Amino acid sequence: MGRFHKHQDGTDHEHGGDQLDHQHDHQHDDHGGAGDRGARHADLGDMSGYQTGPERVVVLERIFGENDRLAAANRSTFDAAGVTAINMMSSPGAGKTAILRQTLASLPDTTRVAIIEGDIETSLDAERLAGFGAQIALLNTASGFGGECHLDAPMVASALPRLDLATVDLLFIENVGNLVCPAEFDVGAHHRVMVYSITEGEEKPLKYPVMFRSVELVLVNKLDLLPHLDFDLTLFLRNLASVNPAATVLQVSARSTEGLGLWYDWLAEVGQRSRPAATISATPRADPPG
Amino acid sequence: MGNRSGWGTGMHELSMCESIYEIVDRTAAGRPVTVIHLQVGQLRQVVPDTLAYCWTVVSDQTTLAGSQLVVDTVPVTLRCRDCSSTTTLTDELLLLCTQCDGADVSVTTGEELMLTSLELAEA
Repeated sequence: MGRFHKHQDGTDHEHGGDQLDHQHDHQHDDHGGAGDRGARHADLGDMSGYQTGPERVVVLERIFGENDRLAAANRSTFDAAGVTAINMMSSPGAGKTAILRQTLASLPDTTRVAIIEGDIETSLDAERLAGFGAQIALLNTASGFGGECHLDAPMVASALPRLDLATVDLLFIENVGNLVCPAEFDVGAHHRVMVYSITEGEEKPLKYPVMFRSVELVLVNKLDLLPHLDFDLTLFLRNLASVNPAATVLQVSARSTEGLGLWYDWLAEVGQRSRPAATISATPRADPPG
Repeated sequence: MGNRSGWGTGMHELSMCESIYEIVDRTAAGRPVTVIHLQVGQLRQVVPDTLAYCWTVVSDQTTLAGSQLVVDTVPVTLRCRDCSSTTTLTDELLLLCTQCDGADVSVTTGEELMLTSLELAEA
């Protein structure tokens, strides 16, 4: 990698210290020349008060490396148990829990479901999902600083001992409602899905491209409200395609159940894809826990 | 939903600082650290002031209290799969090729999140 520097005036540029990785052209017209180089490359020696300068230790470590290692371990655990894990993300109130509730009520009994429910302080969502025979592990994400805004791999790992994965086919990891942070953290799921409510407006894909790019499926929810809103569905879909042209988009309503059949089809497909045919359970569901 | 976080104003900076602390503490092994250099791509949506604040919270009353995070911000560059041109985003995170308006782009830079080096005070 070349080295990037933030200048006082807010501009950035790269010094081409790397001959190996330069397929693209850089315009360096704005460089200040030798003076600039001298001034900004003072990392090792600009402490004029010191005789020898501070010691510099090169680290080059990915900041979320530990999370990613644990996410890989979670994924191995799911694979070993034949579980397909799906990370569900959205902003608060988009309808993750409502969609999951319909999903639990509608999936065939041969699909055994578990849910890891991320919520900041309450068990309200978990209560809405009870009674459908699914295993539920609640993760309250409140920390000493007033609540985590996402689930990370260690949190999900901490919930796994509370689930009997050997009797699970499909695991939903319902993330904390937030359009920024959850996109940053691999929790070990096989698939990332987003629920988007049409009440959120058309422009959110442009404002939160990291989230919208991180998912392979977007459930566009609350479609039953379309006649009552000024929401421009075509514009939203164009904005979404501009940040994530590869995403599958399903238009649904958790309230009217419109479109949810396609979501169940998608779940069945990814469930089969990630499990060898021989291990697909043909036996009746075991007695639901609790 | 029982969630209370203001959406769009998340605090992933806090988690970042906790990870940074763990790496620095392990690497420095008790030696006094003055500056911690990070490389952060603009697609990481890190708010610099929030990051600095979270670092003071996380490092408070530890051996790393008073150390400073210095961020090298990496701009987002895209490579267009249609016309092969390169786009550097300067303002908005609009992931489109500026040559042909194509959306089929790959991100070349801008996703970095790396602790690059430490500066140690003289013993």
